[in-house]
Amino acid sequence: MSALLEVQGLVKRFPAGGPVWRRRYVHAVSDVDLSIGRGQTLGLVGESGSGKTTVGRCILGLYRPDEGLVRFDGRDVAGLRGSTLAEFRRRVQPVFQDPYGSLDPRWTVGRSVQESLEAHRIGSVQDRRDRVRELFATVGLDPALGDRHPRNLSGGQRQRVGIAAALASEPELIIADEPVSALDVSVQAQIINLLQRLGRDLGLAVLFISHDLGVVEHVSSEVAVMYLGRVVETGPTAAILRAPEHPYTRALVEAIPHPDPSRRFRHASLAGEIPSPVDPPSGCAFHPRCPIAQASCRIQVPELEPVGEDHLAACPVVARVTTRPTT
Amino acid sequence: MSVTGLPDVVAVAARPPARRARTSLMIGLVLLGILVLVAILAPVLAPHDPDAVDPNRVLAAPDGSYLLGADDFGRDVLSRTIFALRVSLLVAVSSVVVATLVAVPLGLVAGYFGGWVDTLVSRPLDMILVLPALLLALSLITILGPGSTVAALAIAVIYLPILARVMRASTLVTSQQDYVLAARARGSGHVATMVRHVLPNSIGPVAVQGSVLTGFALQLEAALSFLGLGTQPPTPSLGGMLADGRDVLSLAPWLEIVPGVAIALAVLSFLLIGDGLRRTLDPDGVAS
Repeated sequence: MSALLEVQGLVKRFPAGGPVWRRRYVHAVSDVDLSIGRGQTLGLVGESGSGKTTVGRCILGLYRPDEGLVRFDGRDVAGLRGSTLAEFRRRVQPVFQDPYGSLDPRWTVGRSVQESLEAHRIGSVQDRRDRVRELFATVGLDPALGDRHPRNLSGGQRQRVGIAAALASEPELIIADEPVSALDVSVQAQIINLLQRLGRDLGLAVLFISHDLGVVEHVSSEVAVMYLGRVVETGPTAAILRAPEHPYTRALVEAIPHPDPSRRFRHASLAGEIPSPVDPPSGCAFHPRCPIAQASCRIQVPELEPVGEDHLAACPVVARVTTRPTT
Repeated sequence: MSVTGLPDVVAVAARPPARRARTSLMIGLVLLGILVLVAILAPVLAPHDPDAVDPNRVLAAPDGSYLLGADDFGRDVLSRTIFALRVSLLVAVSSVVVATLVAVPLGLVAGYFGGWVDTLVSRPLDMILVLPALLLALSLITILGPGSTVAALAIAVIYLPILARVMRASTLVTSQQDYVLAARARGSGHVATMVRHVLPNSIGPVAVQGSVLTGFALQLEAALSFLGLGTQPPTPSLGGMLADGRDVLSLAPWLEIVPGVAIALAVLSFLLIGDGLRRTLDPDGVAS
């Protein structure tokens, strides 16, 4: 079975000043490959500035990739026009990080949920109203809240509205960009459970973008870890959490808080900040912060290599030394 | 002339900002309401025919019959001011309305699409902006001939790039909001997104700037009429009245004071409204 969504060699740069003949660029995404099957959930993890949001927006067709392909159901998204583009937009829907910013402050939330139905001319006026009530119920909201404005709802309610709006057009793929990061921890769990339930019940494929590996662990069976615009490790979530290969992934895994105090942090977490994507480090972008970096890491951009079943990592040093932690 | 923002009132910030906003908005609206009412009811309110010449009352001082005195033709200054207010308000408001109607779509399109569309729209507007306002008005009037309609048109051309830039800047910010991206991703087309999401959320600063500019437009119209390029005699105009009274200032100061105060009150009302709107729309100043 071919994947629902395939991303191949995706590159996205943003101009960052400088004269036209020596234009500087933010290298937001460099050579990213991803694939999501129908009904599957992929977690995309990385810290701020790793390019994960840009990947999501390229998939949604909001940004045009500079290189590479985004293929949805076998068709190149960049080539979609008119009715095929409208059909794509119906089938792929976003959930945004900030439920404060992703709902028009002047619109009632019911109208926001209805927007995609209007845009795609689905149903009659009465059908749409019924559908909105149904959607509110699906995401666990009182349909009476539909007449309220976003400022009169709580963060969790707003994010439920955001999810209802995404579901309105019966999509097959949801791009959820940090859907819980702006929420209280107690509400995070509710929204994660809601997304999981909906994914299961409606057979939705989800790209779950997060900076928190601990959250992704609960949501997705597959995970891709990004660092400075590149995927550095990808594979089954369980395998990566048990035996992370790439030194960056190891640092992330060790940073997950653990309730068992006997399991202390073995290493201090990563030192330093993510480097500037305007002028990324040569070779492996991670080498300035890497505890096991070697001279060759400054020169050669590492390729993703198999390190286990469906498990790829972009670190030749780890592959050679193989000092796998035993836990 | 300066057409930028208002003097900032910092010292009074201790009061709740929302209440301050309401106060200046209310005073401005009441003041403008009175002026507009006077202008509309001019034929009813004016005690005399504004054009009636009375040789016996040339430069007569204010008295029981001619409340604010008479001018050098013996015409009633109060009646002339009331009628002049009519023309001045009409020119000021219509010029800004015309400028806004053209500027908002231009700024919206430029700010929303950016890139070469922005260049195509903004650069020609910048070319208008580099010309000094009065010089531009004078050239237009030289070409089209003097009169209040041409004055209104000239003022509209002068304010068009300013309003378009305000709209563009505001649209640039709004277009980056997640709800605009969300609308696009949910299948809303460019035009629908612009009209339904970007426009309503970007228009606030234009309303503020527009109301401030109306005050300045009134001033500019008075300046043009003062120079004899705006409203033509015998139609009374505030600027024209100032020009008439200038030679007899020491003999009949009311010829300057009355239209001068009328201009000041009208400009003040627009500035207060603009200030009130700005404070109301200011995200830090509102508690809705």
